[in-house]
Amino acid sequence: MSFTFDPSLALYVYLADAAFVGFAVLTLFGGVVAVGARQLIHAVLGLVTSLVGVAGLYAFLGTHFLAAMQILIYVGAVCVSMIFAVMLARPPKEAETRLSGAWAKVGAGFVVALFAGLVLGSAVLGTPWAEYQRPTEVAGTIHQVGRGLLTSYALVFELISLVLLVAIVGSVALARRGRGTSGGV
Amino acid sequence: MQPLFFGHLEAYLILALCLFALGLYGLISRPGFISMLISVELILNAAGLNFVAFNTFLAPDKTVGQTFTLFVMGLAAAEAAICLSITVVVYRHFRSILADGVSALKD
Repeated sequence: MSFTFDPSLALYVYLADAAFVGFAVLTLFGGVVAVGARQLIHAVLGLVTSLVGVAGLYAFLGTHFLAAMQILIYVGAVCVSMIFAVMLARPPKEAETRLSGAWAKVGAGFVVALFAGLVLGSAVLGTPWAEYQRPTEVAGTIHQVGRGLLTSYALVFELISLVLLVAIVGSVALARRGRGTSGGV
Repeated sequence: MQPLFFGHLEAYLILALCLFALGLYGLISRPGFISMLISVELILNAAGLNFVAFNTFLAPDKTVGQTFTLFVMGLAAAEAAICLSITVVVYRHFRSILADGVSALKD
């Protein structure tokens, strides 16, 4: 897509580019910490960093509603419940547990990730995206998204709410088991 | 006057690819349940980033990718809730949340 900017706006374009690189670095650095940290709580904090970076990229793509939802749902709900689980389960330091075959696992993970990265990367770089690109429009506003959720995607919307209800009831039923005196199953 | 990075679809795709590869690596190499869940969240975020990037740059209807990413977020939240409560139950039973240590089907 060929954006054209007034040359008098050059400073703002440079600043926006710098902010994009910042969010990209935040995303990748958080991802590396999330998969590489020795302490589990550090991995969760790395995941939070990565998710905030992805929220910034959503804002760059013009979908501000999704950026807000990313912060609310992922950082606010999913990561906090992960921290609760880490504290409840009190895991051992994974690096100290000296599992047999740990290096084989690391090697296998590296090879698989490298293979997937090479295949998908060649697909990304080999496709002439410019031929498929549409003329620039404003990304769908929250008004349009809300209208779509209540008309075209109403069934999917209701199904998601059902899935969330089942997940809530299921997790409560699972986690209550074995609590003993408090009336658990 | 052209932006160097943020106006190009490839930049977002390569970034999502890196996130996906990181998640795949973590999913295979980490031994614990919660670490695996963290890696799955990274993979889902890479998919969401791809959806939104394609939505903004290529789609004729500019709301489809956003709606789908919202659904993915809802499903990821449900999945995380179920996974974490299963992890807590497994920890109470086996006193371990490492996947290799949990291999008995009964008792």
